[in-house]
Amino acid sequence: MSHEVVNPVPIKHKYFTPGVFVLIIIALNGLVFLMGRFFFGIGAVTNLNNQYPWGLWIGVDVAAGVALAAGGFTTAALGHIMHKDEYHAIVRPALLTAMLGYTFVAMGVFVDIGRWYFIWHPLVMWNGNSALFEVGICVMIYLTVLYIEFLPVVTERFIGKVNLPGFLSGLNKIIDKILRLLDRGLSKTMFVFIIAGVVLSSLHQSSLGTLMVIAGPKMHPLWQTPVLPLLFLLSAIAVGFPMVIFESLIASRSLGLKPEMHILSKLGSMIAPLLGIYLAAKIGDMFIRKTFVYLGEFNTASIMFTIEMLFGVIIPLRMFLSTKVLKSPPLLLTASALVVFGVLLNRINNFVVAYNPPYSTESYFPSFGEISVTVGFVAMLVLLYRFIVLNFPVISLPGKQTAAQSKYTIRGGK
Amino acid sequence: MSGKSRRDFLKSTALIGAGVTGLSATAKASPKNILSEDRMGVLVDTTVCVGCRNCEWACKGAHDLLAGNLESYEDRKILETKRRPDHTALTVVNEYSPGKNSNLPIDVKVQCMHCDNPACVSACIVGAFSKHENGSVTWDTDMCIGCRYCMAACPFQVPAFEYDKALNPKIMKCDFCFDRTKEGKLPACVSICPVEALTYGSRTELVKIARDRIKKNPDRYVDHIFGEYEVGGTSWMYLANKDFAELDFPNLGKNPAPGVSESIQHGIFAYFVPPVSLYALLGGIMWISKRRKELDEEVK
Repeated sequence: MSHEVVNPVPIKHKYFTPGVFVLIIIALNGLVFLMGRFFFGIGAVTNLNNQYPWGLWIGVDVAAGVALAAGGFTTAALGHIMHKDEYHAIVRPALLTAMLGYTFVAMGVFVDIGRWYFIWHPLVMWNGNSALFEVGICVMIYLTVLYIEFLPVVTERFIGKVNLPGFLSGLNKIIDKILRLLDRGLSKTMFVFIIAGVVLSSLHQSSLGTLMVIAGPKMHPLWQTPVLPLLFLLSAIAVGFPMVIFESLIASRSLGLKPEMHILSKLGSMIAPLLGIYLAAKIGDMFIRKTFVYLGEFNTASIMFTIEMLFGVIIPLRMFLSTKVLKSPPLLLTASALVVFGVLLNRINNFVVAYNPPYSTESYFPSFGEISVTVGFVAMLVLLYRFIVLNFPVISLPGKQTAAQSKYTIRGGK
Repeated sequence: MSGKSRRDFLKSTALIGAGVTGLSATAKASPKNILSEDRMGVLVDTTVCVGCRNCEWACKGAHDLLAGNLESYEDRKILETKRRPDHTALTVVNEYSPGKNSNLPIDVKVQCMHCDNPACVSACIVGAFSKHENGSVTWDTDMCIGCRYCMAACPFQVPAFEYDKALNPKIMKCDFCFDRTKEGKLPACVSICPVEALTYGSRTELVKIARDRIKKNPDRYVDHIFGEYEVGGTSWMYLANKDFAELDFPNLGKNPAPGVSESIQHGIFAYFVPPVSLYALLGGIMWISKRRKELDEEVK
């Protein structure tokens, strides 16, 4: 039995480092502008106007956020649905990234919509014709599914270790019992949520592409196509593993762990075909709609499109085909970062660059406040990620696979 | 009665279309999206308009916006810059250089076109927009969450948002004076227009009038009723003696703006068959791969 046994543990490492302090400052700066948005309105903080109703927050915080959290459903499909056990060590970190990613997507929506206190309206007011309604409902359900999928990590952390201080200590036993009950129920039903997570992701990743279809002639033809939903889904699937690799390599470096190259290299070898399918769909669409003529024009759209395709798809596709890249942590990190950059840029291009209103008097560029909020959210996400992996069993220590995958009975006995 | 039969007709066309092409471009009429046979509209004759901007003043008055006194609207300097409707003015008049057979400047009143198949109605996440039987497209303040997808969707770039408000910012656009027409009154702009550049009436009737005017005065008009077919037709239609592109009208096809996106949306969700099949497929794969793993282990 060559079963690789996975043993995720809370990582022992100090939380505060100079880098963490920098992140805290960036997050606080974002919070300041966030307060400005809630006290003085969207117009006070952003450069949005009647010509450009959607900007950086929708393009990056929401659209790119959803795409870059795709590691959650792609690894769940690989590890749980196809039962490739050798990848189990990366499923939990990917799940955590997706959970935090979607949480911040929800926060991005919350700050961008003018009437944030009505964010629950789509739950009771349905418009089946609206792509945005579909995205909204799917994201809400998927976020719940992600929290459920993450619950075993919480029960595992606390079962047998519930130790409330003072007068609350009387509750220790009952909370422990509830956790055990929850854990037993979850391990029996988890497959329902895992499949649901993959279905929900496929649905809203593609519907996110449908969003701008209705803007019709306002969109630059290099991006506007009826197959946008397919392109969005394919690019989300292609960016899932690069995001997991990127995040895993950064995390192990920051936490002083050995990178799990034996898993990451294998994961990396699957990226080239996925990127290839996306590239083929994209080029095929270009030829069918004959949009390559727009590449001859020298303007923002054609430059951004070229950067997106060249650095975000073609170069990393070539890199992932090379064994040398797959075996070298810095090169693997570079190639993965390029794919992440490519999808990020694609979402910005789709929602911001390609949008060309018929009556525009000025072009849109995000304000300092908008950028601060977005960067602040990313900083908060990283800080939360760090806190959770230091305190919950998420990351499996490489080389410590000797311990059998233990259920909690052993640790539970005080 | 006629409205019902038309709806049935539309429904069956949509069904046939969907059957033939799979992805029909025929926009499926949502329950609120009623195309009544006798829906109303306005015909704007830009060759008659003198740019007095009384309509702007009347509109503000009818919608509780700061209107100022009517004399201040006589200042024509404001016409030197092109304006768009926003949260302070739901309609504005812009002035353009003269067209054919005339040396008078052309004045074009701009407001919501009240599309027959409105992109905003289709796009709105909570269905806060409605197309009414009388043709008007209105917005419900109690439902809106302020996501501004309507603004991204509108082909005419009409809905405006109160960006300066921290609480209860509204989407602002012409509502075809829904409250006034309900009581049998004319829309405020139509009732004040001193030169009858605006004609209020049933849309079918207005198309006839417009055709008639073009036929009787071929020198006065270009042979084009803007809004008759654009994005599937609009309740507000325009006549002019100059190409509409030169008057800043967007060049839009005849297909309803929401057509393609609704087809995709309904394709992905056709009776929930695709999601449920995907769920079943993944469940099958999961079961098979698990079983295979177990068998492998038994062999070893």
